[in-house]
Amino acid sequence: MHEMGIAMEIIEIASQSIPEALKGAKVHSVRLKIGKLTAVVAESLRFCFDIVSRDTPLNGAVLCIEETPVVARCQECAGEWTLESPSFSCPACGSGKLMLISGRELDIEAIEIEDEDDAHANGGK
Amino acid sequence: MEIKVVRKVLSVNEKMAEENRRLFSQKGVYVINVMSSPGSGKTALLERTLADFSKKIPCAVIVGDICTTHDADRLARCGVPVSQINTDAFGGECHLAAHVVEKAAQEMDLAGIRLLFVENVGNLVCPAEFDIGEDSRVVVMSVTEGEDKPLKYPLMFRTCHAAVINKSDLLPHLDYDLDQARANILNIRPEMPVFTLSAKTGEGMTPWLEWLRARIEEKASGTTG
Repeated sequence: MHEMGIAMEIIEIASQSIPEALKGAKVHSVRLKIGKLTAVVAESLRFCFDIVSRDTPLNGAVLCIEETPVVARCQECAGEWTLESPSFSCPACGSGKLMLISGRELDIEAIEIEDEDDAHANGGK
Repeated sequence: MEIKVVRKVLSVNEKMAEENRRLFSQKGVYVINVMSSPGSGKTALLERTLADFSKKIPCAVIVGDICTTHDADRLARCGVPVSQINTDAFGGECHLAAHVVEKAAQEMDLAGIRLLFVENVGNLVCPAEFDIGEDSRVVVMSVTEGEDKPLKYPLMFRTCHAAVINKSDLLPHLDYDLDQARANILNIRPEMPVFTLSAKTGEGMTPWLEWLRARIEEKASGTTG
């Protein structure tokens, strides 16, 4: 339900990340990492992003979403496991003292800007 | 060509939440974010809690009832400062963000306040994702909802520090499986304190009030010591 706001944040951060020399270049895609234990629905996010990216440098960009699994580490026995269902006790020792080491990400990793040749011409890498 | 960004999408909110946390700590205010689905009894729980606390502990409330002032009006009758978060008459905000709480907090005099309740928007999804600078989070569910709420909204229950099962006075009229509800909460957060109570009759309020009082004292000793 708050995907619109999240889409706007993504556009803000991605726009700021375009190097000065490449202002005006088309952004092909935005690479995101979204944990499974995050209150974000990918389809809603894409829908909102397509709407709010109009008239921004991100217009037409695709969201490439990598969904990260929920991985926990037991603070008693140090075991690590991937949670397939929302059950937060250690399968090895039964302890409930655990730390989530993955699954809560909502990160913008990178943006892909067109195009290779232009980038070389501009001295980019 | 790829340009590395590597930033949290909600970093602006997280920064604002940290500023709120610093401000609240400076003033020695313990802040609790109260969340639930609509109609679970957040306002009733606060009314009953304030009835006991407000004469002993200086309290204040920020209310995220975004379309009406009904909840704020009810809580103001408890004799504590209440700040209402306003959007428009059809406000569609699904959660309170840190900057909204900051604005509401600025509008009230927090000097001397020890306990600040933030009554979030009734929603078990979105508020879980937004840090507002609180010390603790409590989720309220009621016995008229399904026992499986924790399993359906794991993020909410996972990010909270206490759970309240409200409306226990209705248990004789329902097929609600209280043990199952508790088990489901503990499945998501095994060490969570769970308080079964009726904000309406006052039954079961004492352990909740004691838990809350202990948190306030912890915070107060942390800031003075």
